Amino acid sequence: MTEPLLSVEDLRTYFHTGAEVAKSVDCVSFTVAPGETLGIVGESGCGKSVTALSILRLIQQPGRIERGSKIMFEGKDLVTLDDSGMRDIRGNRISMIFQEPMSALNPVFTVGDQVAEVARIHGSGSRQQAWDRAVEMLTLTGIPAPEERAKSYPHQLSGGMRQRVLIAMALMMNPALVIADEPTTALDVTIQAQILELLVDLQKKFGTSILMITHDLGVIAETASRVIVMYCGEVVEEADVKTLFEAAHHPYTEGLMHAMPQLGEPRSRLNVIPGAVPPPTDWPKGCRFRERCPYSWELCEQEHPPLYQISEAHTSRCHLAIEPERRAHPHPPLVEQLGVPA
Amino acid sequence: MIAYLTGRLAQTVVVVVLVTTIAFFLIHAAPGDPFGAAMENPKVTEAVRAQWRASYGLDRPLPEQFVKYIASVARGDLGWSFSRQRPVAAVLKETLPNTLLLMSVALVASFILGIFLAVLQAMKPKSLTDKIIGGISLFLFSMPEFWLALMALFLLAYHFPVFPIGGMRDEVMHSSYGFGGRVADILRHTVLPALTLTLLYSAVVARYQRAALLDALPAEYIKTARAKGVTEKSIVRRHALRNALLPIITLFGLAFPALLTGAVFVEKVFAWPGMGGVIVSSIDSRDYPLLVASVIIGSVLVAFGSLIADLLYRVADPRLRDDH
Amino acid sequence: MITEVPLALWRKHSVARRLRANRSAIAAIALMLAIVIPCALAPAFAPYDPTAQPDIIGLRSQPPSALHPFGTDPFSRDVLSRVLYGGRLSLSIALVATLLSVTLGTAYGAIAGLVGGVVETVMMRILDALLSIPRLLLLIAIFAAWRQLPIASFILIVGFTGWYGLSRIVRGQVLAIKHEEYVLSARALGAGRTRTLIKHILPNILTPVIVATALGVGHVILLEAGLSYLGIGVQPPAASWGSIIQDGADQIATYWWISFFPGMAIVLTVMAFNALGDALREALEPRRAKS
Repeated sequence: MTEPLLSVEDLRTYFHTGAEVAKSVDCVSFTVAPGETLGIVGESGCGKSVTALSILRLIQQPGRIERGSKIMFEGKDLVTLDDSGMRDIRGNRISMIFQEPMSALNPVFTVGDQVAEVARIHGSGSRQQAWDRAVEMLTLTGIPAPEERAKSYPHQLSGGMRQRVLIAMALMMNPALVIADEPTTALDVTIQAQILELLVDLQKKFGTSILMITHDLGVIAETASRVIVMYCGEVVEEADVKTLFEAAHHPYTEGLMHAMPQLGEPRSRLNVIPGAVPPPTDWPKGCRFRERCPYSWELCEQEHPPLYQISEAHTSRCHLAIEPERRAHPHPPLVEQLGVPA
Repeated sequence: MIAYLTGRLAQTVVVVVLVTTIAFFLIHAAPGDPFGAAMENPKVTEAVRAQWRASYGLDRPLPEQFVKYIASVARGDLGWSFSRQRPVAAVLKETLPNTLLLMSVALVASFILGIFLAVLQAMKPKSLTDKIIGGISLFLFSMPEFWLALMALFLLAYHFPVFPIGGMRDEVMHSSYGFGGRVADILRHTVLPALTLTLLYSAVVARYQRAALLDALPAEYIKTARAKGVTEKSIVRRHALRNALLPIITLFGLAFPALLTGAVFVEKVFAWPGMGGVIVSSIDSRDYPLLVASVIIGSVLVAFGSLIADLLYRVADPRLRDDH
Repeated sequence: MITEVPLALWRKHSVARRLRANRSAIAAIALMLAIVIPCALAPAFAPYDPTAQPDIIGLRSQPPSALHPFGTDPFSRDVLSRVLYGGRLSLSIALVATLLSVTLGTAYGAIAGLVGGVVETVMMRILDALLSIPRLLLLIAIFAAWRQLPIASFILIVGFTGWYGLSRIVRGQVLAIKHEEYVLSARALGAGRTRTLIKHILPNILTPVIVATALGVGHVILLEAGLSYLGIGVQPPAASWGSIIQDGADQIATYWWISFFPGMAIVLTVMAFNALGDALREALEPRRAKS
């Protein structure tokens, strides 16, 4: 087994706001191998973005990474690394692509300047060399007339182009890992496809690992080789892409799959998972999905399920692993029985 | 860009005309004649007064006077100063540069100091440094300029005679200095008045700029910069500041009226021979043409300041450069 | 989705709570009251008659002492009492003038925003022109010509020159709200035009109006002090903080207390009003939702 590139162990990131503590990331562990794309999928509020920000230690007060968390990368623990060591890694060994290309770019500097800045911070070359490399990266990401485009300002470019700029920025120093936080959510559907294709291409070319964070299962299907599903600050399922789509175990994952509208099938209503995500300040006892789950029983309320091993590369945080026969007897989820409005 | 420039210039001209109109109205609506205190002497007979009025065209119909007035202002003839027995334009020509000197020094100093303090505050919001600087700023800009000037005069010129009591140069010794000595003499005299103006306006700048920086800091692109590995110092000084400089340009435009009105008081307290001092003395001597002309010039200055600020805005914000 | 009911409810509950929680707001209000109340009730608080000149030889220009905490002036008048009565005058002038400015500004801005079209453009251009004459210079020009004006006229004229900034803000708010969803939806439901606009606009312009009032009082105090110092503000025998400072200005080298205390009073009062304005602005501004 090759040494994983990134190993997140028992990550806890809590937000301490006055009297309450929001446990946005509550004991999450996963690994990313060199050259692979790991997808993290989940709804808003499940903690996937906070996880990504925690890896790069971009969490600000009142949030903090709790003690006991460990993030191993290239032999260093990123949680305890000193500030200047962390800055050396950001943009250089691990970079991040954000969701909103317009607001992620500084409106008063040219895009070339912003891309070249990465090389100026981490590289040892001259300004001219940094600029040249920036233009090179802009070419690689498919931006036409890159020499000229580099002198433009963000507001002069389209959404798709800005995202390409962000990708170029992320790849400037040929990092080992790129964290992509919802890179296509803010783009039109046709552009989405182009950007995803670009990312997959670049990964093949440079052998970069990608941590693809999204709520869109379609994106996962296109880019990831392995997937983890997050819910309420935890990993609830981990599998390779094929297994996930064909034989998802966790009822939440099942629900996500069914919620995807299928073209061509006659349907009168969209399938939704009834109920709502609980707030991070008040995770329910036992299994956090219990009230929305069609299979839950008493055990689910009493015991918080651990990550059961379903098969070699497949884990699931669901008691159905030990009582699989219950899957044959679904019932209306508790939220509906209790009449709690969705 | 050119179209915009012409448009703004035209606007400025309109403003100047309007100000001149208001000034004209003021001169003529004011009680008495604009001949100064000398004419109020009851010994002056009505006949003499009528003669004066005729010779200054004051008995002509108002519209005619108005046109003449506008024409002469456009020519640069701002009337006659009775208290100084010289053309107003000459008086202003002599004194305006001195005020401009004071204003420029104060402008530059207050922006440098103000931005520096604001950056300090923005780096650690709500910290002790932030609160202390914030408190001092609040204290300073709640102060009447003339009072701060008086206190400064008392402390640093009388009680501890560090700086000269007033004036722009040492009247006795100045001509005997060489060039360097003369410059140093003027500088010595500039310190207290400029310091007063600077302290006040830098508090305004610091408050404004701190708010602008704190507004810019949570922006998404700051997150991107951090993710690139940019240091915190560079984040505030380069990435946030460059965006927060845009509102500062508005402050630059507002500095003109603020510093000008501040100069009126400061020049009085320190007996600085500038336009502010002219305004004050013309109040006392009831030299109305001089007073009103100063108000016109002051307003023109302010209008130009706002024009420059607008232009700077266009240069600084790339989003505004592409004309719609 | 904006519905007006929750917003109004939120406002009522949160504003008071947030104000109370804001420590500097409390300090500002406390300071303000500590100054305003003694000044307003000057006859009760002043230890001496501010115009009395009991002992022109023996008591003139005495430095601060136990009997005269702020000292005496060249006419042996007690400075503390003068400052209290002076404050009464300065504060009343500031308050009335500011209320006048705020009313004018709100009306002008609201009309401009509501009426729109050519009228609005013209009104805004006039505003631009008015803004280019620095307020102090204009007031100097007016008061230098018309001296010895009664205080009421003084207040009126000062009030008439201070409304420009607020009217711009009010107009901006009106324009923004005119097109807001909930106004359009209310109209789609059949509500009359003026009625909805008034009902929806007033609560929304409340914030800038209240903040402008607090800050405006501070500005006018400074303005009036300046004008009185120049001799064209409050005329003797009436005394305001500014004119008291002027009285002591010539003797600043030797009898510093005559100018120091009224000036300090001005600074503290204006500070309190400014801090209050800031705190009100923070408390009244709806928080931007975090996405």
